[in-house]
Amino acid sequence: MADVFLLSRLQFAANISFHILFPSISIALGWFLFYFKLRYLRSGHPVWMRTYRFWVKVFALTFALGVVSGITMSFQFGTNWPGFMATVGNIAGPLLGYEVLTAFFLEATFLGIMLFGINRVPPWVHTLATLIVAVGTTLSAFWIIVLNSWMHTPAGFEMRDGVAYATDWLAIIFNPSMPYRLMHVLLASGLTAAFLIAGISAYRIKHGDAKKAPKLALKSAVLVAAVLMPVQILVGDQHGLNTLEHQPQKVAAMEAAWETKQGLPLVLFALPDEKSRSNLAEVAIPNGASLILTHELHGEVKGLNEFAGKHPPVAPVFYAFRLMLATGMLMLVVAWFTSAKLLRGQNLSNAVLTALICMTFSGWVATIAGWYVTEIGRQPYLVSGVLTTADAVTDIAPGNVAFSLIGYLLTYALLLTAYIKTLFRMARNAVEIEEIQLSERRLQKGFVARANELEQAGV
Amino acid sequence: MFADQNLPIIFAGLMALAVVVYAILDGYDLGVGILLPLNNDKHSDQMIASIGPFWDANETWLVLAVGLLLIAFPEAYNLVFKDLYIPAFALLIGLILRGVAFDFRTKVREVHKGKWNLIFKLGSLLASAAQGYMLGLYVMGFQSSLNAHLFAALSAVGVSCAYALIGATWLIMKTTDDLQGKAIHWAKRAGQVSVIGIVAVCLVNPLINPAVLDRWTTAPTAYFLAIIPITSFALLALGYTVLNRLPLKDDSGCWLPFVITVVLFLSCFSGLAFSYFPYIVPQQLTIWQAASAPESLRFILFGALVVIPCILAYTAFSYKVFWGKVEKLEYY
Repeated sequence: MADVFLLSRLQFAANISFHILFPSISIALGWFLFYFKLRYLRSGHPVWMRTYRFWVKVFALTFALGVVSGITMSFQFGTNWPGFMATVGNIAGPLLGYEVLTAFFLEATFLGIMLFGINRVPPWVHTLATLIVAVGTTLSAFWIIVLNSWMHTPAGFEMRDGVAYATDWLAIIFNPSMPYRLMHVLLASGLTAAFLIAGISAYRIKHGDAKKAPKLALKSAVLVAAVLMPVQILVGDQHGLNTLEHQPQKVAAMEAAWETKQGLPLVLFALPDEKSRSNLAEVAIPNGASLILTHELHGEVKGLNEFAGKHPPVAPVFYAFRLMLATGMLMLVVAWFTSAKLLRGQNLSNAVLTALICMTFSGWVATIAGWYVTEIGRQPYLVSGVLTTADAVTDIAPGNVAFSLIGYLLTYALLLTAYIKTLFRMARNAVEIEEIQLSERRLQKGFVARANELEQAGV
Repeated sequence: MFADQNLPIIFAGLMALAVVVYAILDGYDLGVGILLPLNNDKHSDQMIASIGPFWDANETWLVLAVGLLLIAFPEAYNLVFKDLYIPAFALLIGLILRGVAFDFRTKVREVHKGKWNLIFKLGSLLASAAQGYMLGLYVMGFQSSLNAHLFAALSAVGVSCAYALIGATWLIMKTTDDLQGKAIHWAKRAGQVSVIGIVAVCLVNPLINPAVLDRWTTAPTAYFLAIIPITSFALLALGYTVLNRLPLKDDSGCWLPFVITVVLFLSCFSGLAFSYFPYIVPQQLTIWQAASAPESLRFILFGALVVIPCILAYTAFSYKVFWGKVEKLEYY
């Protein structure tokens, strides 16, 4: 039994970690594409079309990976976690259903028009399709975050004979942690996409791409990151306070606070030890955590001692939280430094370009770390206070799960390698491509009129 | 109409709709994948271009079908996927590989394109065969006997051929010249094997499920139900005749094999559906036993009634945009 439990958890973690990589890019990349397309429509300058064309290919690839890894998720609940649907199916089912009905079909259908229909529909319809795809990906994020948040802070239901029944759908949808988590996730997607665009564009420039398109894309992305990062810190802080209110044991694990204290120190580094229930090699700022969490120097913060047996494993939550913060800080520094240079009209040095290239996937690191904080932080519960993870697991033979787990891991390793290699390969290819082809030049605003003028003038 | 006891019927109907639309739509694009030639780059490009704008939305019908099972009949969902763990895993790996191969093949270096073509073909075949295997085990009531697995293997071949058939007829409609000629040839071959598959299911299904035998042989329902096999075999014969005459001058009738195959799919599916109704898991669970709480079903139903017509409308719009013969592979 323990084997199936561990294997199923590993498999779910592998599936969802792999899956989230792609939506975390495509949700915001859809909006970037819409922005590029709008700039093109307004200015008629082909460079925006070039930018669009490069990134729409990245979007197509990313979206495909997101879709296929997402289908896996919809099977996982039944194959490995039958207790989940049996207990909270009345609530989880309709929320997942709304995601499929309102988001999946919308994005999938209009993606076809966005990718292949540019010469078959009027320009405004194509732009509309681009917008609908962006709206679709965001809607899909909305519904899945609703369900995920409900699992953290369940509301609007009652338990009858061990099964959850919905009593108030509005309370279910707008459960206490949903708005914070949704904002946090959408901003994270914005940052992930921005650093991806900046990194790949920097890579093109460094490989001798002197065209306008990568410079424009880089500038747009870095400025967006510079604006979003401080907002994200603010939202993250609010999300943390919300967690303190509803899931204090998670915050205690994030801070490795073993005992309830007034004036809790902010632990910068430590080796949390579950056995002795204390921190080894602790480096801390006195009263720091109380100040952040209660906005008072001597505010009381509940420690893990209050939740003995019902709190998450401390070390992974503690480390993942610090990894997320450190990555976020690095992103802030790089985004602001680069923006300052760009706004002063300075050229980016090789060192800055290299830094941006190294940060290409920084959004992934921060996103995954953040999800680990919140999801491991919910343990031992699958649905806080309602259903434990151990009670939801399947009773099929462990060998089957081991087999599928190995299969998924191999597939994911192959695909992730191929994805990253392909992105950089597309970037290298783009270096060689002409900025603007004649056929695109004809689409430029005023071009035809100007050509006619020249012709009439006998040039 | 939305009384509590009617909700399971409505949801069973919606699920049937999702499954059959899935089998038709993803059927043709999986079929095109199965048929992908590995030695003809021009043809494989054209074939993939013909399904490019659609495959993603087609696959979404599977998510909807599984979603409806999960939403409306959670107990059946748990039961089915526990028994089908390994085939479901194979299906997912197949769908993952083919879904991404689609994009990778055009973006990697020319020397690797062949590899991704192969992955696309094998992924499509694996996904189709896994679906057939699952269908076979479902018909056999999830027994784990050797016979059940043999039948499931036969069903895997049958479903793959049925998908190849609908894929080939899709290509007849969407392509011209030598590729169209090839597609006509593929459609004949796949059609021949599909006949064997359909006959096998028609024989085995009533033999192992006494309730099914009863339904198909008891008057008066039997008279109505007899329409189904008669239609199916008439369609197969008609389809074969049409294939023998194609291609016609000015390409008239190129859409006919596809439409015939769609009706054949509908007919076969309704045969299965009538065999089991009201059971959602043969001999184990009826739709009423497996249904979720009415308040949950009603909440999703109102949304579905608004959204499904919209989905059908913009799906129709998308098919209108990409109407006609496929052009050269043009990537955004």
